[in-house]
Amino acid sequence: MVSTLIRVTGDWSLAEDCTAEAFEAALATWPRDGIPTNPGAWLTTVAKNRALDRLRRAATLARKLEEMTAVTELEHLDPELSDFPDDRLRLIFTCCHPALSLEARVALTLRTVGGLTTAQIARAFLVSEATIAQRIVRAKRKITEAAIPYRVPEAHLLAERLSGVLAVLYLAFNEGYSVVAHTSIADEAIRVTRALAQLMPGEPEVTGLLALMLLQHSRRRARLDAEAVPLTLEEQDRSLWDAAAIAEAGELLNGAGRRAEPGPYQLQAAIASVHATADSAAATNWQTIVALYDRLLAVTPSPIVELNRAVAVGMASGPEVGLAALERVAASGALDGYYLLPAARADLFRRLGEYSTAASFYRIALAGAPTQPERDFFARRLDEVGG
Amino acid sequence: MKYMMFVATDPEAEPYDPAQDNIQEWVAEMVARGVNLHGDRLRPIEDATLVRVRNGEVLVTDGPFTESKEWIAGYDMLEAADLDEAIEIASKHPMARFGRIELRPVWPFEE
Repeated sequence: MVSTLIRVTGDWSLAEDCTAEAFEAALATWPRDGIPTNPGAWLTTVAKNRALDRLRRAATLARKLEEMTAVTELEHLDPELSDFPDDRLRLIFTCCHPALSLEARVALTLRTVGGLTTAQIARAFLVSEATIAQRIVRAKRKITEAAIPYRVPEAHLLAERLSGVLAVLYLAFNEGYSVVAHTSIADEAIRVTRALAQLMPGEPEVTGLLALMLLQHSRRRARLDAEAVPLTLEEQDRSLWDAAAIAEAGELLNGAGRRAEPGPYQLQAAIASVHATADSAAATNWQTIVALYDRLLAVTPSPIVELNRAVAVGMASGPEVGLAALERVAASGALDGYYLLPAARADLFRRLGEYSTAASFYRIALAGAPTQPERDFFARRLDEVGG
Repeated sequence: MKYMMFVATDPEAEPYDPAQDNIQEWVAEMVARGVNLHGDRLRPIEDATLVRVRNGEVLVTDGPFTESKEWIAGYDMLEAADLDEAIEIASKHPMARFGRIELRPVWPFEE
């Protein structure tokens, strides 16, 4: 509803205010008069009428052509049409426009597309509500003043812009996922990605991202212990994994994989899927995972992917081979100072039984870990190797 | 929608290569499309003059200018449908590669 009002009126604040007023009106009248037969159409009609009132007033005052045009179009808007998919898509692309800062894109998408409150977004990003509100206000102002278009990008821009949209959604998901108490953000990111996958069924990377989110989210009940310390895949109770989500992701990947050369989200989802479908940690097919990392590296070369590949090599072919692969990654210097590099070294030395070397690397990882749960995790590992 | 396009130098950009400078083509295309209203290069900072009025007195000096490796080397006034078109125009300018470009929406005074 908001997305359609934005398209017709070109005014984000007007569209949001009128939509909010429609919901307020519903809260005031539905408990008294009962819920209407078509609640969506009821809300759209109220929001549309509010917008018409305001625009007619403004149009009479200013005699502005655009407002007159918007009035005419609003008058012909059919509230019975429950969904305006093209408008929703326009809204997603505009909220994720690269001319907005990344943090503004995330906040605006969660607020305007996802419908979360500024308070919910603020809690997930550990900043004040005022900060989030200001980010959103500034972003909306820039959309208007710099004339960021309200449309799905043309074909030659689509691939690039779509990957920007997916990055915003994945970032939102990870923010929600990393803060345990705020999984509502992760849920919302999945919901918006699901809507995007329905709107753009021909884009396998959208499906890939949805599958990746579902697979990561399937472990939400198993990934922490009672003291909120992260558990490795090896330690997690697999009976707590969400089997329905894993099955859905598998179907999505099968459908997407038939269409095209897999992109980075499909490949990451495929890796997550190998983990998710293994009956036990020991039964994990690490050879397949290494092969998938090789393909991922071919599509998106990155030192972090190389690091993860070396860890997988260690599981597939033994810790010595893993350490050799890790040293080749470390030699580039791209991961100097990155705490997961000593963490990976420590883990391979632990598997080799070289506990004192493992302990010294766990100490480096512990000193560099950015969050308390991760510090707790490394402290526990350090304890285990007698450090 | 009008945008002022500032063309600036950038020490982190690839080195200037006169053989790849297709500014003539760019101007020809953009003028033909009606999106470039006017534009020019600017003389370097050494030729700039600073004017201030302080306590009613006009102060004219040869600086000081902020010590900077990035300076505005030219400008173009664009008339584009929206920001995406302005970005497309800017990205085709040779200085998008050899320097960098800033797009500023024009903020007209109310009539």
